[in-house]
Amino acid sequence: MNNHQTRNRICYTVFLLIILLVGYFLENLYYIQVLTFIGINTLLALALNMLMGYAGQISLGHAAFYGIGAYGTAILTVHYGFSPWLALPAAILSAMIVAYIVGIPTLKLSGYYLGMGTLGFGMIVNILFREWSSVTGGASGFIGIPALELGPISFASGRNYFFLVWGFVLIGFIACQRIIDSRIGRALRAIHDGENAAAAVGVDTRQLKLQIFVLSAAISALAGFLYAHLVYFISPGSFSFIASIRMVTMVVIGGMASIWGALLGASLLTLLPEWLHAFSEFEMVVYGLILMVVMIFLPRGLTRGLLDIYERTRKKNEH
Amino acid sequence: MLRIKNLKCFYGRIMAVKGVSLSVKKSQIITLIGANGSGKSTLLESICGLLPDWKGEITFEGVSLKGFDPPAVVKQGISLVPEGRLVFPPISVLDNLKLGAYTMYRKRQHAAVNQTLEKILDLFPILKQRAKQPAGTLSGGEQQMLAIGRGLMSHPKLLLLDEPSMGLAPLIVEKIFQILETLRNDGITILLVEQNAQAALQIADFGYVFETGNVVLQGPASELLEDQEVKRAYLGKDYGEFYDDKY
Repeated sequence: MNNHQTRNRICYTVFLLIILLVGYFLENLYYIQVLTFIGINTLLALALNMLMGYAGQISLGHAAFYGIGAYGTAILTVHYGFSPWLALPAAILSAMIVAYIVGIPTLKLSGYYLGMGTLGFGMIVNILFREWSSVTGGASGFIGIPALELGPISFASGRNYFFLVWGFVLIGFIACQRIIDSRIGRALRAIHDGENAAAAVGVDTRQLKLQIFVLSAAISALAGFLYAHLVYFISPGSFSFIASIRMVTMVVIGGMASIWGALLGASLLTLLPEWLHAFSEFEMVVYGLILMVVMIFLPRGLTRGLLDIYERTRKKNEH
Repeated sequence: MLRIKNLKCFYGRIMAVKGVSLSVKKSQIITLIGANGSGKSTLLESICGLLPDWKGEITFEGVSLKGFDPPAVVKQGISLVPEGRLVFPPISVLDNLKLGAYTMYRKRQHAAVNQTLEKILDLFPILKQRAKQPAGTLSGGEQQMLAIGRGLMSHPKLLLLDEPSMGLAPLIVEKIFQILETLRNDGITILLVEQNAQAALQIADFGYVFETGNVVLQGPASELLEDQEVKRAYLGKDYGEFYDDKY
């Protein structure tokens, strides 16, 4: 166990160093921008991975929480003149409250039915964003979200925002790792494998599923907040059904039940469209093809798949 | 210790247990035997709170279990070793065992939990050898031992076992039943549901025979073992053999 902890500490220290090095020495601001988006997507994938990968509860409506985070801060800062730093906890709290209320009935479902339930929820929220135009700006979007500032530090420049986002990612990683390594983490994996068996050893499955759902919603809302203040303009399209599916894809491609899988999945799904511009009209075809190939040859996701390949070559070299 | 009065259990509109009464005395092995679908497992699930839809009375040490959810039942000191073992395959043996102590998480309980863990690993040495392995890589018998060990982690006063012999070689079954006897001698009360009537009755103190949701026979295990009706129905002898024996 101690071994495991020191290894984790080393991993996170290296991770922090990489963030610092990239942040200071990468000249190209375009890449900084792309990396910032990867950070936001990593938070989303991390949120969903806690729910899907560890607790085994699928959600096809998670973009709703992402949207609540984004629209929450947009409405509070623009309409009500809140400071963004006050809007952040408010946006996260509202996502948590919504998750709690929605979670009570939907988390009684399982499998396909839970998928359908969360799908419906996601669509309702998206329609709300689109049609409640007096508050959300409707289909044409919400303009004029302020930039973040903290005293003398302005987060308008790409570099500072990069550090802000990746700082949150690092905190999120460490927090989630701690949860997973605890008794709660064991119980979550137990729910994944068999709810009745988990209940039989005394895990309050209903309560725990609800708690992890609320946590997952909170992280998603944080990602939504960061997204809104990065692009200053949000529209319902960014939080549609497709966005939910993209989150699920990031988790599955990256590797379920793995913190680093969230990073890999988010990176691949953010970078692929950038790389594939060269294919112009065939872009989506190639994109789909790559996802298919990954799933066929690395069915347990990139993290597990790459580890397997590494272990296999190491064994070969030993012989 | 455990007293059940006129218990009726429902799956929707179907009544699976039709008015069963039984009692379990401290430090005894009580067995429920009967064929598939006779309501044995349903009865266990009702006790644990996994099946909330029941009528009648279940009291454990004088406390009614009506309306208790599974975690609350575990806290009362009842632990279930479920049918088909249901260990958590990708999780290591050690973590599976620790999950059994899920309800004891406060700092001051840590030492006690570790002590129990040691005791259980001594009881099942094979689990000690395989402590770091994922539970899914264990053989059926080892998984059953793991499931029993997990059930013991919460310090139960009453251990419910649902067909621990299922799908196991006779030699392993014998080993597991020996362990159950040891546990009983250590003061743990055991309610054992079995289809393997012969083996169960040999270690049990008292037995109940189930048939389509009713208790059709009850008595001291040694008497049931000799009872002709039980022999006919559950010990694999038909009327023909009886008459061959008799005449």
